[in-house]
Amino acid sequence: MYAQLVKSSGKGVKSLEEMDPQERAFQQRIDAGDKIEPKDWMPDGYRKNLIRQIGQHAHSEIVGQLPEGNWITRAPTLERKAILLAKVQDEAGHGLYLYCAAETLGVTRDELFEMLNNGKMKYSSIFNYPTLTWADMGAVGWLVDGAAIMNQVPLQRTSYGPYARAMIRICKEESFHQRQGFDIMMKMANGSEAQKKMAQDALNRFWFPSLMMFGPSDKESVHSAQSMAWKIKMNTNDELRQKFVDQTAPQAEYLGLTVPDETLRWNEEKGGYDFAEPDWNEFFDVIKGNGPCNTDRLNARRKAWDEGAWVREAMLAHAEKKRAAKLAAE
Amino acid sequence: MSKEWPLWEVFIRGQHGLSHRHVGSLHAPDAEMAIKNARDVYTRRNEGVSIWVVEAERIAASSPGDKGPFYDPANSKVYRHPTFFDIPDEIGAM
Ligand SMILES: [Fe+2]
Ligand SMILES: [Fe+2]
Repeated sequence: MYAQLVKSSGKGVKSLEEMDPQERAFQQRIDAGDKIEPKDWMPDGYRKNLIRQIGQHAHSEIVGQLPEGNWITRAPTLERKAILLAKVQDEAGHGLYLYCAAETLGVTRDELFEMLNNGKMKYSSIFNYPTLTWADMGAVGWLVDGAAIMNQVPLQRTSYGPYARAMIRICKEESFHQRQGFDIMMKMANGSEAQKKMAQDALNRFWFPSLMMFGPSDKESVHSAQSMAWKIKMNTNDELRQKFVDQTAPQAEYLGLTVPDETLRWNEEKGGYDFAEPDWNEFFDVIKGNGPCNTDRLNARRKAWDEGAWVREAMLAHAEKKRAAKLAAE
Repeated sequence: MSKEWPLWEVFIRGQHGLSHRHVGSLHAPDAEMAIKNARDVYTRRNEGVSIWVVEAERIAASSPGDKGPFYDPANSKVYRHPTFFDIPDEIGAM
């Protein structure tokens, strides 16, 4: 989800008969629920798609630290500060698990960083929105991590072993993220008039960008059909978005806050909520680089990468020196 | 600079008495830093009591293509399993 727009090179899903024997054996393994491991044969398209998807996911974890990192020094209490710090640290870990999973497919972490920094690879559009008040920390944990969980839980069953295992670790940690966010929202929503207003304002600003996290409708997309056949995508974007709204709308009600969508209502017949689509023009514009924070986010990543270069080099040089000294002493 | 820190595979003993288990990998300049990083990345919630790190390129592995033939010899030796032998009920648990 964090991978919203993974373009694949596929031309539609081939039938088993159209595949060559190697491809057919591969697809049959996937259909049987086998996990594909790094050294196994795999079609080029599968490898390329996975690198794009896992890479986009990893980048989102890393860039996703920035909007929350923004509030660490200004958290209202020492406890909230420690919690937020732990949450942001988890996201760094998620990025690392995913980069490692991507690396098993033959791309290096440096290459992935480079593609993030030069804009060749994307990260989730959600992190291009600013976090203006402390209530945004609540909204991000509750809605953004909530939407991430919706997407990541089914990916624990994805066909690529290292990806599935990374997802299992990540999912174990995510529920803390969402709960700490909801906890902040409860505090704010039950607080003073001013706090309540901040909570409502945060929900107003994060609602539609959170719905965008699932990506545009892909019911008819051949790319998605291929990804689903390969089990690197488990649900359509619309399915997940519906599930997210069904879960979140009652929670907003519990908080006494109003979802900024006048058309939102329970539809008994379909057993889910009807709701308004986000503005997809805005989404494509943000993806293109024109969101409120795209430039800031990329600049922060480039700065960290460039200014960290001497540390990476020095540590390697130090390790080599130590190794040489140890060899000489033997 | 394109020189990347080497990749390390991380193994963690979850509890006393259990074996170490592969949990993932990470980059680090040397073993000492790899262990420190592994602590930060893989044991933030008391997941372990002991950490091993091994440079990924030092690991030798069987190849996946071997899958069938490599393990074939085990298939024909069903008598290695206790269930191969019928023990009369009156003998009790054995
Ligand atoms: Fe995460
Ligand atoms: Fe998270």
